[in-house]
Amino acid sequence: MTTTALSAPRERRRDPRRHYPMWFYLPAAAVYGVLFIVPTVASLYFAFTRWNLSGAEFIGFENFALFFREPYLFQGLVNTLIYGALTSGLKVVLGLLLGVFLTSQIIARGYLRSVVFFPVLVSTVGIGVTFAVLMDPSDGLINRALAVIGVDGPGWLTDPNLALVSVALVDVWKGVGLATLIYIAGIVAIPQEYFEAAKVDGASSCQNLRFVILPLLWPATSTVIVLSLIGGLRSFDLIWTMTQGGPGFTSDVVASVIFKQYQAGFWGLSSAGNVVLFLLVSAVMVPLYWLMGRKEVER
Amino acid sequence: MHSTHRPLLPRAAAGAAAAVLAAGLAACSTGGDDDGTLNILIDNSEATGSLMQALVDAYTEAHPDVEIELEIRPGGTEGDNIVKTRLQTGDMPDLFFYNSGSLLQALNPSQMLTDLSGETYLDSVTDTFKDGVTSGDAVHGVPVGQAIGGGVLYNLAAYEELGLEVPTTWDEFMANNQAILDAGTAAPVIQTYGTESAWTSQLFVLADNYNVLAAEPDWADAYTANEAHFADTPAALAGFEHLQEVAEAGYLNEDFASLTYNEGLAALVAGEGVHYPILTNALTEIEAVDPEGVDQLGFFGLPGDAPAEAGVTTWLPGALYLPQTNEDPGPAQDFLAFVASTEGCDAQTAGVSVIGPYFIDGCTVPSDVPPAVAQLQAYFDAGLTAPALEFLSPVKGPALEQITVEVGSGIRSAADAAALYDEDVKKQAQQLGLEGW
Repeated sequence: MTTTALSAPRERRRDPRRHYPMWFYLPAAAVYGVLFIVPTVASLYFAFTRWNLSGAEFIGFENFALFFREPYLFQGLVNTLIYGALTSGLKVVLGLLLGVFLTSQIIARGYLRSVVFFPVLVSTVGIGVTFAVLMDPSDGLINRALAVIGVDGPGWLTDPNLALVSVALVDVWKGVGLATLIYIAGIVAIPQEYFEAAKVDGASSCQNLRFVILPLLWPATSTVIVLSLIGGLRSFDLIWTMTQGGPGFTSDVVASVIFKQYQAGFWGLSSAGNVVLFLLVSAVMVPLYWLMGRKEVER
Repeated sequence: MHSTHRPLLPRAAAGAAAAVLAAGLAACSTGGDDDGTLNILIDNSEATGSLMQALVDAYTEAHPDVEIELEIRPGGTEGDNIVKTRLQTGDMPDLFFYNSGSLLQALNPSQMLTDLSGETYLDSVTDTFKDGVTSGDAVHGVPVGQAIGGGVLYNLAAYEELGLEVPTTWDEFMANNQAILDAGTAAPVIQTYGTESAWTSQLFVLADNYNVLAAEPDWADAYTANEAHFADTPAALAGFEHLQEVAEAGYLNEDFASLTYNEGLAALVAGEGVHYPILTNALTEIEAVDPEGVDQLGFFGLPGDAPAEAGVTTWLPGALYLPQTNEDPGPAQDFLAFVASTEGCDAQTAGVSVIGPYFIDGCTVPSDVPPAVAQLQAYFDAGLTAPALEFLSPVKGPALEQITVEVGSGIRSAADAAALYDEDVKKQAQQLGLEGW
């Protein structure tokens, strides 16, 4: 046993995963280098400079100090975490429920599946503009509909306490189709034997969900969490088209704050913001990914 | 002239999409002036569009061999972003229209723009205007449009109905507001924080500069030198406080959070609101939609706490600038000379209603102007004007509009807002490399 194990690598020095000679990778490496690695390194450098139309001056960590000192920049950081957690959580819960519902024996299942998935296909900016109109406090369809049944609808996007949540709900509406799709795929992939065995044991449909579907859906759940959390943490387009971070700074997230700094011509500061966003997403995602990957292996 | 070249842009109606497309296609030819067409980048406001169209029409009539294309960009911070990016990438057209004052200073004009101070046509431009487009010894712009007042546009019919007088102090203004509220038919003060209209929230602060200077004559210099700030100068803080007072007293229109600038102007003309603190170039905006509407409105400067004489804060109009990347500035210079001449302002007068005095010597304002313009003119005639802070100091923070929206919406107190804005301007001052920050 030991001899074969030792002689195997001597026989073939090359990594068995490597199917092609090294230079085959060069074109891809060049594209990746120019479009990803160089800009990443450059933005890291510019994050330490005061950069304007006349050039970039190295100022050390001042941009980062500024970024964290300003109350509304920090507010954006908090909002980002709220937004990410809220959208991700709702997508998991609603996606799972819709997934279970749309794999059960119901009429027009194919049609309902496509209806749920449809918002994923629509442009985010289009959705943002549409919902900004729908959510208008006085003329919007939503509040007019509420008025018909005698409810005085709130200013969805103009109430400082509600604006971020409203945008998050639209984000969920748009993104839940993808989560549902992943869950449907996960549920369909569960072997029927488990359900049959559960049936024999006399499990109710609730117990089916709790003890068969949920545990076996863990890979799907972790995929949904990772995708939606990354999406939520760096979300920008929907917030920008719906509220532009307003009213005031109440629905600003890190990405919209960075964009505003860039618009104002503070290019160094906005690069620093991007580095902070990158570190934030990494700090949340790397441990999460590792944790969930471990859980998966354990099963 | 060389018509074989592709006409990149449709007429002036070319939208942002076309601009982006053109920028992409013409990326290799900086300035894109190789086809003999004079390209001018302007913002998408009604006022700029109609003034520029009037100038272009008059110029091309006199010079039939010249073709001029107006390229439209968005306004506000998005527009600032486009201007900076196109300057930085050397992709700016032959000429562009942009603000004067502190926004111009943020473009690093001495390195980006051509110095026009040696041109003879600039002699007819008044010194007041030149001060707003000067960096160091270089003068960069030629004015398009007329002087603008920042203050309160008000509904004349409502004032007549309620028997109100034009207020000269803040207390009188608040008393008028209370009378309008008691009458119960209209909102005393219009605010518009809707889509792309947050900038209108700044007027309570920016248009108060006449009163600040009346109390603190050295304010602008001390502010630029980081010696005086909004939070620790009571006269400057008053602007924030006034906005808070108006909001807390319940004088604002109910839909202030979602109303847009244009809707606010329509509401003012219709009498749904009586006061609207805004710039007087709103009159051009109103005229384009509702030519009769302009005559319904009057104007007064934003009243202060106790100035000796009530006056008005004024804005310089925007200007046309010549980027240094223009390799063949001849045609552009000729057009600038036309804009700086009396023929230029006559063309503007013929095309668009005059809303204030010109900054070009020899230009006259017709006598039959709308009431609001006559009231603005009266302040100029009496010498009761002071420039807005952005023409006295390069320091202007980018977040003021969000901060004032927060004050007007009751999210943040005036004192807190002023302190936050002082922090915000610090970034801009450091970015500009000013002494003492």
